[in-house]
Amino acid sequence: MAINNPNLPNFSPAVESQGGIGTAPVSHVAHGHGEHDEHEHHDQHWMWKYVFSQDHKQIAKQFLITGMLWAIIGGLLSSLFRLQLGWPEGTMEWLKPVLGHWVEAGKLNPEFYLALVTMHGTIMVFFVLTAGLSGTFSNFLIPLQVGARDMASGFMNMLSYWFFFLSSVVMFASLFLETGPAAAGWTIYPPLSALPQAIPGSGMGMTMWLVSMALFIVSQLLGGVNYVTTVINLRTRGMSMSKLPLTIWAFFLTAILGILSFPVLFSAALLLIFDRSFGTSFFLSDIYIAGQALPNQGGSPVLFQHLFWFLGHPEVYIVIMPAMGMVSEVLATNARKPIFGYRAMIGSLIGISLLSFVVWAHHMFVTGMNPFLGSVFMFLTLIIAVPSGVKVFNWLATLWRGNIRFTAAMLFAIGFVSLFISGGLTGIILGNATLDIQMHNTYFVVAHFHLVMGSSAFFGLFAGVYHWFPKMFGRMMDEKLGYIHFWLTFAGVYLVFMPMHYVGIAGFPRRYYAWTGFDAFSQFADMNKFISVAAILAFFAQFIFIINFFYSIFRGRRATENPWNSTTLEWTTPIEPGHGNWPGEIPAVYRWPYDYSKPGSEADFIPQTVPYSQTQSSNLPYEKDMGE
Amino acid sequence: MAHDVSLQSTGTATLDAPRTGTWDGGNEPFKASYGKLMMWFFLLSDAFTFAAFLTTYGLIRHKHAVFTGEAKDFVFNTAYWPIPDHVFNAFPGLHGVNLPLAFVALMTMILIFSSVTMVLAVEAGHRMDKADVQKWLLWTILFGATFISSQAWEWSHFIHGTEAGTTMADGTVFHGANLAANQYGPVLFADLFFFITGFHGTHVFSGVCLLIWCFIATTNGTFHKRGHYEMIEKIGLYWHFVDLVWVFVFTFFYLV
Repeated sequence: MAINNPNLPNFSPAVESQGGIGTAPVSHVAHGHGEHDEHEHHDQHWMWKYVFSQDHKQIAKQFLITGMLWAIIGGLLSSLFRLQLGWPEGTMEWLKPVLGHWVEAGKLNPEFYLALVTMHGTIMVFFVLTAGLSGTFSNFLIPLQVGARDMASGFMNMLSYWFFFLSSVVMFASLFLETGPAAAGWTIYPPLSALPQAIPGSGMGMTMWLVSMALFIVSQLLGGVNYVTTVINLRTRGMSMSKLPLTIWAFFLTAILGILSFPVLFSAALLLIFDRSFGTSFFLSDIYIAGQALPNQGGSPVLFQHLFWFLGHPEVYIVIMPAMGMVSEVLATNARKPIFGYRAMIGSLIGISLLSFVVWAHHMFVTGMNPFLGSVFMFLTLIIAVPSGVKVFNWLATLWRGNIRFTAAMLFAIGFVSLFISGGLTGIILGNATLDIQMHNTYFVVAHFHLVMGSSAFFGLFAGVYHWFPKMFGRMMDEKLGYIHFWLTFAGVYLVFMPMHYVGIAGFPRRYYAWTGFDAFSQFADMNKFISVAAILAFFAQFIFIINFFYSIFRGRRATENPWNSTTLEWTTPIEPGHGNWPGEIPAVYRWPYDYSKPGSEADFIPQTVPYSQTQSSNLPYEKDMGE
Repeated sequence: MAHDVSLQSTGTATLDAPRTGTWDGGNEPFKASYGKLMMWFFLLSDAFTFAAFLTTYGLIRHKHAVFTGEAKDFVFNTAYWPIPDHVFNAFPGLHGVNLPLAFVALMTMILIFSSVTMVLAVEAGHRMDKADVQKWLLWTILFGATFISSQAWEWSHFIHGTEAGTTMADGTVFHGANLAANQYGPVLFADLFFFITGFHGTHVFSGVCLLIWCFIATTNGTFHKRGHYEMIEKIGLYWHFVDLVWVFVFTFFYLV
């Protein structure tokens, strides 16, 4: 893919014949002087270099690899419950060596089924698509793309990973409890989650879920304040907010959403812990277990839902916005065109961020909330279609008549746009309270959010990994394997979730262990088998990626400095940047990050570090006038 | 006119120099170090935690019945939310005297005074006056610790209750409060009181610990060697925030 790739570190592709005009740019610093080598060559013990590292690039890789391990676990759990759903009459005896007493007389234990869906949701939403996606790329790209040596506080950044690690250990350990992990759904609604005696999963499993989540929130806050502060204070000279790549805008707003919404989940979790362990009644009232009335009076389970979804809704944007940012970047780079509507893209990200805080109750249309309140939330929810539409049309307009290079990253970016449209359209249906009353808690909802924020966030993640892999590991991933991975995944996702819409419209409820008791649903048994086969195949297709990933780290083709001919700052660093990122002075920035195929320029991209004095023939009228 | 130096310094770019405006990178747009910004963002998130608790308080209180009679006829009953004047009317050492909200008003005053001494410590830090920093930090620590002790007394009184107690729905007489029952009103009244004032008290306690650490570091000359007392400023931000939160907690539990 390396076309026209310069080996000079600070090459300016658009140098004109009269390029030497006037004075040399002040900050046009040649690299490799060695005066800042202390950032690169201190001999560190491997423990501090690879394990307790404070280098943002190393921490990013730690987040990525931990996230990948979680994704494998989360995917395996889904394969297990898809086996149950596809073949409810089949025997699971062959899984007994792994699942032990969760398989009884060849049948999966129904309690364990609930634990499977709960843990699948928790793992995918929080551990993979929040920590694994945002943790990886916010860490990796923010300092590199704004032009900083590292995060504002490397130490807090390291703590952020290790709190995530601790949280992971607790959650992972809960999978092996005698009574099973949490089983009240990833939304852990009380009273099911609040009463340890309710189901086996509400016991120790739930306690560990809450402990793990508290640690996770600490990790998110440590990371979030770091990302935001770094973007505000550590941008290099010339990197104004309107010259930031869209990735950075997305990470910046994502971090703000996290700072404002995770504390509310923390509040809810703390109140829930008190209800569970200390006899308070915040979420409990009028409950009978086995005919015995509980003493708790006056609380409200709906209150928990409000608190939960005040986090829960922004959380889906915390998951999707980093993917949106990376997709914008990958699309523009590989279409060799400026992103269409740069400022509109920023505006729509801000719009989505603001709206994400005022739509939470659309998850609660059927919980007994005042219907008038429901209509307010419906109105606000449907407005989100506007900034989302702006983004989709801008991505399409960026592709329009582009000189498209179909790299693996580009395929996943285009796939992201496709999934986001398909999933987004059903969002308009579910956002309507009247329709949602029919659809809620059916597989239609499952299909909707798996397309619009589950699969598409995964596609954003894959696009990011394929695109920035050369910067992470100094080697290229295999493109052929990337194509195979893309087509199997893309086809797989649609084959799984398209039929799910039909099943959902027919009224299949979520989180049911088996429908064999309902005659009306028997005609869909084949469709469920089909979904299960597609889901399991799509899951195993991910091992192509994992093999490609680990093989390429050690054996991949060596990367050049700027393999995608990209304009942003991270590609001005050495192939494998040391701690401190730039061996010499940090380059200054002169232009926006999307000068691709600029008319009048010989090369089809002009890096952000090239001053306008070197690009006289392609300067726009207002750029020509700037020195006057 | 071309390449006018004065133009460059006001943020206008030239063809070969990057822009230099406030938000053009290479500087601190809010004129605040990253550490101070981080403290602000942490406080913002902490504000959302407290906001969630106070919203919880508001919604649960709204869900309960109110006492509809004359205030002078008020008696404790689990059927309606109590009037704070009748719950918090005791003062240490003045047994049996009815002093509505007097003690909590004193506590609040002490906490507000601690904010004043905190400001003076920060100001002394700007002057690099080590002795003054120590003095005002010590006062702040003292006021903070007094507040926590007062709260401990307030809790203890609340837990032990009145001698008369209240006859509960099942006919038994109950004195004081715990998380499952209380003599003053609905279960959740005490639940929320313990939870929210406890959460705030934990914040004050952490603040006092941080201030003690600051005092030790100041005494050792750590900040003086560093050339600035910014750490005191950051802890000061936290301390003011905790005071501000108390104003809201006080309003919710005692005044309305």
